[in-house]
Amino acid sequence: MTLNTSRRGFLKSAAAAVAVLYVGARPDGAIAAANADGAMLNPFVKISSDGTVTAIVKHFEKGQGPATGLTTLIAEELGVPIEDVDYEFAPSDAGTYNNLLFGPFQGTGGSTAMANSFMQYRQAGAAARDMLLQAAANVWDVDMAELSLEDGVIKGAGHEAPLAEFVRAAAGITPAAEPRLKDPSEFRLIGSANVRRKDTPPKINGTAMYAMDLHLDNQMVVVIAHSPRMGGLVASFDESDAKGIKGFIRAAELPNKASVAVFAENTWAALQARDALSVEWDFSAAEARSSDAIRDQLIAAVTADPEYNVSGTDQAEVAARIDGASTVLDETFYFPLLAHAPMEPLTCTIEATADGGVLLHDGCQMPTGPHMALSQILQLPMEKVQINTLFAGGSFGRRATPDADYQVEAALAFAVTDRTRPVKLVWSREDDITGGYYRPAFAHRVRVGLDDSGNIVGWDHRIAGQSIMKGTPFESFIVHDGVDHSSIEGVPDSPYNIPGQFVGLTDVAKATTVLWWRSVGHTHTAYVMESMIDMAAKAAGRDPVDFRLALLEGGDKDQARIAGVLKLAADKGGWGKAAEGRTQGIAVHKSFDSYVAEVVEISGDADTGVQIEKVTCAVDCGIAVNPDVIKAQMEGGIGYGLGHAMRDEITLTDGEVDQSNFPDYEPLRIGDIGAIEVHILPSTEPPTGVGEPGTPPSAPALANAIAATGLRVTALPMINNGVEFM
Amino acid sequence: MALTLKLNGETRDVVAEPGTPLLWVIRDELKLTGTKFGCGVASCGACTVHLDGEPVRSCQTYVEDVEDAEITTIEGLNSDISAAVQQAWTELDVVQCGYCQSGQIMSAVGLLSENAKPTVEEIDLYMDGNACRCATYQRIRAAIQRASDIMEA
Repeated sequence: MTLNTSRRGFLKSAAAAVAVLYVGARPDGAIAAANADGAMLNPFVKISSDGTVTAIVKHFEKGQGPATGLTTLIAEELGVPIEDVDYEFAPSDAGTYNNLLFGPFQGTGGSTAMANSFMQYRQAGAAARDMLLQAAANVWDVDMAELSLEDGVIKGAGHEAPLAEFVRAAAGITPAAEPRLKDPSEFRLIGSANVRRKDTPPKINGTAMYAMDLHLDNQMVVVIAHSPRMGGLVASFDESDAKGIKGFIRAAELPNKASVAVFAENTWAALQARDALSVEWDFSAAEARSSDAIRDQLIAAVTADPEYNVSGTDQAEVAARIDGASTVLDETFYFPLLAHAPMEPLTCTIEATADGGVLLHDGCQMPTGPHMALSQILQLPMEKVQINTLFAGGSFGRRATPDADYQVEAALAFAVTDRTRPVKLVWSREDDITGGYYRPAFAHRVRVGLDDSGNIVGWDHRIAGQSIMKGTPFESFIVHDGVDHSSIEGVPDSPYNIPGQFVGLTDVAKATTVLWWRSVGHTHTAYVMESMIDMAAKAAGRDPVDFRLALLEGGDKDQARIAGVLKLAADKGGWGKAAEGRTQGIAVHKSFDSYVAEVVEISGDADTGVQIEKVTCAVDCGIAVNPDVIKAQMEGGIGYGLGHAMRDEITLTDGEVDQSNFPDYEPLRIGDIGAIEVHILPSTEPPTGVGEPGTPPSAPALANAIAATGLRVTALPMINNGVEFM
Repeated sequence: MALTLKLNGETRDVVAEPGTPLLWVIRDELKLTGTKFGCGVASCGACTVHLDGEPVRSCQTYVEDVEDAEITTIEGLNSDISAAVQQAWTELDVVQCGYCQSGQIMSAVGLLSENAKPTVEEIDLYMDGNACRCATYQRIRAAIQRASDIMEA
């Protein structure tokens, strides 16, 4: 660490204004720092000489906790109480705030927020701490090694002063390339159950700002009349009946001819004017199929030879193993289209800026995508597009479309105005439920052969569905040799020792736009794997937990960790000790590098009605940075998985979506789950995902419990099979 | 039409067409955005406000029908019960995305106002109309029980 004398000289001559120390990273990943006038404008942490510390959070907050988590990392290494650290959401800057697991792309998804930030934000906090300590050491003329920074106070060698006193001097010090990080034994905040969510206060008194809450002076609200069928185009429209609605401004076809934008002075006028608008649609290129036809197509595909051999194993040899087995299980599964339905309908606002550019206000999940899209549509250089990220009212994947769908829609609407008034795009719940970007429909057919002793001797697994990644900018990362990994994840890479496994995949044409939905492919693969394993255990006459543990005796770390959560969930959930009238089911799955097992305990049965009494969850997600946030994500992931498996599907009739709002796309309700208990397996491994991994095991654990009462559900939602929920 | 509303203890003059949902008057005209738009069909509860202390869905309440009522939004909560509820929500970190939580809190205050010691079954029944897509229900239930304890203390 060296003293940058020229900068000190500069600072000395600067006026006594508030100094700010910025610490972040250069595009090459190296730690860098600057004072308020420095070149590095986009840091991970800024520390003001008035003592204010602000974490710049590069991941958006949809409830999954990065505002708390990334702030925890800064506070931990810097040595300040977390209550004293504010946070801001980062601007759009893929050079600084890229997701380290996504390449040069800023975005949140795949349960990566903590995994990719853990070292980066700790290093920023640690570098800032060392700079402050060095500055204090210089002033006090002592060795920096004698000093420490705790609770915002630097002390040692007979001195003591708040860190604020050294911000000005620290800004002139070059940060160490590799600052010393705390040993886990020194953690005070990481792993502490006492760290509270940073975003609770504004979310309980109505002051939290979501994109839906933005109200700019002179703004127009725009709602969009979408084609009732995917792919329909505007033939003509008539706005005569809308003209009588007070507040209606005008209607205009969007440049992509896909829809009509309805502009009004306020939201209600815009919604009413859209109802009054009459649009003739050209359906010649539109989807006309019904979901029954899509389902038949998928089922036919898994009954035939697959398009891709995913496992690379010999299909005929595996079939022969199964045909020669003493017991053969043969099951076909179906998973419907699903909407995400985040609580806050999609919305964003675009306004012109004084420099001739635009500012997008958005609960922005993947800033780089809309940043590029707005640049292209509005014909502005990238540096003239800014993004202000606000709280997002949920996402579950929906706010992260590879084509930036709703931001593009807002940009197209803005483009047909004179650009003098801010344009706020508002989607209704009906737009959301009917708007596509669904979890794709999938079918699986699995044949499993067991020998006389109940050992698996062959596993033929065919999957058919609509690829999420093909045709998107993510294709080159995820699709290899034609196989979209997100269609099959969790099957060929299952941690179970499955001898003679064949996995095949067939892609079918997309009937709607499709999208990742909380836990992506694991939403259906975990259901199939854990249902089949349960059926195999039953056929073998073995306990489902013992049967699974026997298949995990391969000795690798993956197997040990998945066995760990399985045993913990079984232990804490009282596996095998259900009370009279209760039935249990269990499932375990690895996703996003985390391991989750869940025991679902129900009362009743498929005939008389099922009540989910209790879910016991065990999770291994490496170092548990914020244990209470992890528990909350498991609780939420379980609820999300169970609610949809119980009741929800999106269906099409002649290309039109049949559902439109919550009355026919019923959300999980408070009484649906009696209790959820989450246990975290202690770990020293690096932190992994928590937003999604709670979801995959939930539905199969419920299915296994219901199966134990007599009905095996292989087609979702469960209510379509005659299962009633109390 | 010109209307006078009694909202959060103040008198507010607004201009709105008959048939306008109270939700949009609160959000777009009065710019109180704690009350949320979730479904527009009284199916999610995100828009819950109090009329004379009773929770109602403001997306299905016409503005011309509420001139005589005392309207309370999340911003206007100011009672021992609401303080207990907000304290309990804080202690248990109930929120995730938070978008439904204004409505959840308005309903919870409504419940505890008429039943200071609700059972789990009573909580589930009363809160059934408030959807939370993040599924924070375990904590909502626990926080209502905790708020009840705080009120009793």
